[in-house]
Amino acid sequence: MALLDIKNLKLDFRSGGTTARAVDDVSLTMTAGETLGLVGESGCGKSVTAQSIARLVPAPPASYPGGEIWLNGRDVLQMSAAELRSIRGRVVSYIFQEPGASLNPVFRVGGQIKESLKLHQPARATEAEVVRLLKLVGIPAPEQRVRSYPFEMSGGMQQRVMIAMALASEPQLLVADEPTTALDVTIQAQILDLLRDLKQRLGMAILLITHNLGIVGDLADRVAVMYAGQIVELAPARELLRRPLHPYTRALMNSVPKLHGAQDRLSAIAGNVPRTGDFPPGCRFAPRCPLARPECAAAPPALAEVETGRWVRCPYWK
Amino acid sequence: MKTLLEVKNLKVHFPLKHSLFSGLRESVKAVDGVSFTLDRGETLGLVGESGCGKTTLGRAIVRLVAPTTGTIWFEGEDLANLSGAALRARRREVQIIFQDPYSSLNPRMTVEDIVGEALDIHQLADSQAARHARVVELLGDVGLDADYLQRYPHEFSGGQRQRIGIARALAVKPKLLICDEPVSALDVSVQAQIINLLQDLQREHGLAYLFVAHDLAVVEHISRRVMVMYLGKVVELADAKTIVRSPKHPYTQALISAVPEVDPDRKRQRIILPGDVPSPIHPPAGCPFHPRCPVAEARCRTEVPELREVGDNHLAACHLAGA
Repeated sequence: MALLDIKNLKLDFRSGGTTARAVDDVSLTMTAGETLGLVGESGCGKSVTAQSIARLVPAPPASYPGGEIWLNGRDVLQMSAAELRSIRGRVVSYIFQEPGASLNPVFRVGGQIKESLKLHQPARATEAEVVRLLKLVGIPAPEQRVRSYPFEMSGGMQQRVMIAMALASEPQLLVADEPTTALDVTIQAQILDLLRDLKQRLGMAILLITHNLGIVGDLADRVAVMYAGQIVELAPARELLRRPLHPYTRALMNSVPKLHGAQDRLSAIAGNVPRTGDFPPGCRFAPRCPLARPECAAAPPALAEVETGRWVRCPYWK
Repeated sequence: MKTLLEVKNLKVHFPLKHSLFSGLRESVKAVDGVSFTLDRGETLGLVGESGCGKTTLGRAIVRLVAPTTGTIWFEGEDLANLSGAALRARRREVQIIFQDPYSSLNPRMTVEDIVGEALDIHQLADSQAARHARVVELLGDVGLDADYLQRYPHEFSGGQRQRIGIARALAVKPKLLICDEPVSALDVSVQAQIINLLQDLQREHGLAYLFVAHDLAVVEHISRRVMVMYLGKVVELADAKTIVRSPKHPYTQALISAVPEVDPDRKRQRIILPGDVPSPIHPPAGCPFHPRCPVAEARCRTEVPELREVGDNHLAACHLAGA
């Protein structure tokens, strides 16, 4: 049985009398211990898809006109508030981009981790357990650090505290939403290294949300690429990076300068990322696509398996 | 004359509030003895992590912050010691574009006024008609339609706003443009548009760029030479290809190895640096990098390494860097 099985998820946002579909027919599965990369630019729907797994998106303004989110055999979209509390933290935990904004500035970090333990594992809510968790995420001198306030720590250390808090309840799925975007590149390397190590030691699944394809190659087993609320490509990570098939994935990879790259000029993607509620008809990438034909704007293409394990939302990918 | 800008031993120290009873006067040494030159039409990349002083260095050259000591020679005049009208006249030639296209444009001004204001300040348009024509021309240069003239910044996407910022900087025909993380806040698919635009404008107008960024791949792509800063000091300076292929300073080596690799068949040995960047208020004695350095020796803890030649046009500030 899959750990996570998202089926045809639709998510609408209502504001000022209009409804905008932010996520449109997204399907994803994850098995236990797997790392799935979810890649896309701002506004593509990757974060709200991930936040829907624990129903963290405030509803209203959000609503789910269709779809199912099966987590451990139960549909999250049908759960009561009490049932949701029982999966949050225990089955699925989150870490976010800005660790500084996720920690309470007026409490010591040790107390904040203990609070998370009290909620989910009351028997283990001890100082010793907090120290063990801080040690697990590689914080030096954990016995002293439990007394620190968030502002006394660097961004990298704060992110380690967030990871410790997320791990406190031993979740089966860790959702890491741009966990290193706010960090410097040498600190990013430390955190990615830590996630890789924890994944091996604890065997949890990681849903890694990022806009950086290099990070995907580093950590993920499979990758889903999102554009304008839809998955446009889904493939094993190495194969996707070696040979991207969807025109958007290809254009995205070509537009990013690479270290040791030899190109004189980057091949830019024309135009801008469409805004939620303003997605073009037919294929949503068509207005910016170098391979677009007149029929692309007419009918929306379906996500189809074009090779074993490789799904592409474009009939003209060849 | 090839050299456009020559910065010599520039320091920018920000004094901290000191207590009434302690005689100690502490300061943040944001830029601490930086020297380099920049040629006409050249792009010099400047990389480093947050707090290394790269942004402050860029701002000091435009005189948005006052240098503590040192000189900034620009076409035979020292920008560090200019003030009033003389500074304003020189500023026409040194312009800056910022990282955040959302906060660097006045939300209550139309695009025409944002770009036109630069012309007004330097009295570069004789009439309203001339001003209008020049703004239309500038917008065309950066790939924006004249229909946008009467719109406000909130009506534009991040990439379009960055184009407006570039048009504003170009309005006064500068010779040097300080680009302070111009693509960091943009969507990945839009970054390439702005990088290409900057390269086109450089060719057309013979502009020199000091390109500040933390993304090494972007910096390697756009720069001829690259300068790496750590805790207010330059630790390495070399040709862009050289610095990426054979970095000499252990910090640069770690920085390059930490860039996530897109190509799955190209696995590099990653150097993971322990700890964080130390505080620029109390930088470590000796080499500022020694507490995190994987190869530090005893003398690294006491002797400050000079920036010295370790190869052809290749400077590094490390006792152990071989030639």
